[in-house]
Amino acid sequence: MSDLQAAHPEEHSPVPAGEEQETAHTQDEFRQRLLLEQTRDWEINQAVLQPMLRTGAGFWILAGVLAAVVAWGLYAWSYQIRWGFGVAGINRPVYWGIYIATFVFWVGISHAGTMISAVLRVFKADWRRPITRGAEAMTAFALMMAGLYPLIHLGRVWKFYWMIPYPNNRGMWPNFQSPLMWDMVAIFTYLIGSGLYLYLAMIPDMAMARDNTKNWRYQLYRLLALGWRGTEIEWHKLHRALSIFSIVIIPVFLSVHSIVSWDFAVTLQPRWHSTIFAPFFVIGAVYSGLAALATILVLVRWGMRLQGFLREEHFNALGKLVMVAGMAWLYMWFAGLIVEWYGNEPVISEMLHEEISGPLAPLFYLLLFCNLTPIVFLVFKKVRTTPVLLLVFTLMVNLGMYIERVLIIPGNLQRNYLPFNWGTYRPTWVEISVVAMTFAGFALLYLLFSRIFPYVPVWEIKEGRLRYTLRRIGRLLVPTAAEIE
Amino acid sequence: MAKEERQSADPPTPAVGRRWGMVIDLDRCTGCQACVVACHAENNVPVVGETEAAYGRSMHWIRIERYWEGEYPRNKARFMPILCQQCTEAPCEPVCPVFATYHSEEGLNAQIYNRCIGTRYCGSACPYKVRVFNWFDPEFPEPLAEQLNPDVTVRSRGIIEKCTFCVQRIRRSEEVAHVESRPVADGEIQPACVQTCPSDALVFGDFNDPDSQVSQLARSRRSFRLLDQLGTAPAVIYLKGGETNV
Repeated sequence: MSDLQAAHPEEHSPVPAGEEQETAHTQDEFRQRLLLEQTRDWEINQAVLQPMLRTGAGFWILAGVLAAVVAWGLYAWSYQIRWGFGVAGINRPVYWGIYIATFVFWVGISHAGTMISAVLRVFKADWRRPITRGAEAMTAFALMMAGLYPLIHLGRVWKFYWMIPYPNNRGMWPNFQSPLMWDMVAIFTYLIGSGLYLYLAMIPDMAMARDNTKNWRYQLYRLLALGWRGTEIEWHKLHRALSIFSIVIIPVFLSVHSIVSWDFAVTLQPRWHSTIFAPFFVIGAVYSGLAALATILVLVRWGMRLQGFLREEHFNALGKLVMVAGMAWLYMWFAGLIVEWYGNEPVISEMLHEEISGPLAPLFYLLLFCNLTPIVFLVFKKVRTTPVLLLVFTLMVNLGMYIERVLIIPGNLQRNYLPFNWGTYRPTWVEISVVAMTFAGFALLYLLFSRIFPYVPVWEIKEGRLRYTLRRIGRLLVPTAAEIE
Repeated sequence: MAKEERQSADPPTPAVGRRWGMVIDLDRCTGCQACVVACHAENNVPVVGETEAAYGRSMHWIRIERYWEGEYPRNKARFMPILCQQCTEAPCEPVCPVFATYHSEEGLNAQIYNRCIGTRYCGSACPYKVRVFNWFDPEFPEPLAEQLNPDVTVRSRGIIEKCTFCVQRIRRSEEVAHVESRPVADGEIQPACVQTCPSDALVFGDFNDPDSQVSQLARSRRSFRLLDQLGTAPAVIYLKGGETNV
């Protein structure tokens, strides 16, 4: 890399005052995107490494609070294991409560990481560069949290390994007809895939961090860098691996949430048994995941002072993606609803009425408010590029999507074909604590990750800088492809 | 119409062997709940208490669903004993990840307690909501503990259980018949609920035997199957109740 640094042309002549405003604007944007102001690689290295090394009191307080919530949640979970599932709020017929709703929520969150990173990599969208790692880490940690729920919701969690196919004394395979098995296979595949994807893209940065740190960090990065030197063949292999991964992981990510939706859609439960569930869940996942990514980026940028890397254009682009995903969600939601409404089957119409004007109405209208308002406001660039507003609206999206899952799972399970067995569901402190545990656990993992691993993929940024130069053609400065390509 | 209904109510039967099933005559059911009590006693089903039961935690393997028809004072109570329908196409079976529930050769929808890990997926998938979950470790306060049935496992917390058609009684009768070198006679096997029913509303038998009592009753014009439109093909056939209900 350092050899190539010399090839980078230093063109700093300011745009003459008489130039067209528009051109000046494009140039500024490119200048920003390519970080052309920071001309030296070591400056970028330091800008990424310094926030990792400087951990103030705020960090430790936050980490302590999150760890305390996790510890409390672990206590609640052990309490549930010790005394039985009766300490949770589920009952017959609501056999699945907010555990499963939160499971779906976390699987949903995990989708935007791939969406951003892989899809944008495939389409060579250059603005993705500084945010890919944050997105991939979100995927990995959200999946880890999601992966806890199939364990948490087991009546006999100590027998969880019976779902794993291994030679056993029971002399039998697990049941591959069961959507829960598909779930397990899909989630493990996605977890391994996205973990490797995250790690692969991190290797050159591990080498960079290795060369710039001391003590335990040096040892850690040396181990993780796998002896990366940056030779041509290494770069070649890395790029090849990444392009394979980013294409292969897209069908995986589509399959994961489809399978999660089939957990519900393959049953005969009214309102679950629907063909639109798979695409509806996928688009809902993308909606909530993109929103969560925007939320996280705003918070991380503020917490780690990464204003130089996470810029307006990212929020602008993410805001647009959230808006488009929101519109797609609205379309699918409406397509499902109108068919149910006109079908007018007794149980389903009773369930719809309970949502629209019955006991579930507060949740239903809160869902609509939280999911639709952001679509309207994110139309405006001013809203998309103002971090505080973006934070508010993306948080709203995720509140709305969480409520959506609660309405779909425990909400729908309250009603079934035999009115004698209708029930109600109220989550208990155990369930709320365990759910809080996964939220705090996610935040804690993300927090630690951002201090142990370079949050901004330095090599991708450098690569972007090398790929483009600002070249003077006549009186214009034009961003052009670099000759070294 | 009636003819078609009658045909649809004939359970699909395997060509050979037994196909255990039940016929429930709603005209005869008085809603006395004796079957519920008998089932609890026979199958070591724990009693969960008032508060838990009110929150949907009751564990009856058979329950009497009571529906009101009409407006007061011209209202009528309709009673409907509902137990596991032992579906031929059971929605609960394919969804279990560990084969804790499966279809036996005799058409029984069997539940293997030891295999169950408690995903409760079968409970969510069952349209009849007849699968019950052990929310806590079972408690049998004295003197209930004195009358536990040694033929039936006491289930631990965290697993699903449900009506088995008293499979332990089926096995015992089969063994007795085997020792006496004769086939099991019709009516010889009586699940606890059938044995207890004072008005003989419940009848148990083999649908594969066209002369059995259940086969004859199932040919009635009044026969129907619960939620037949779902295509679960239950082995429990109801006989429609008329005006004689309370």
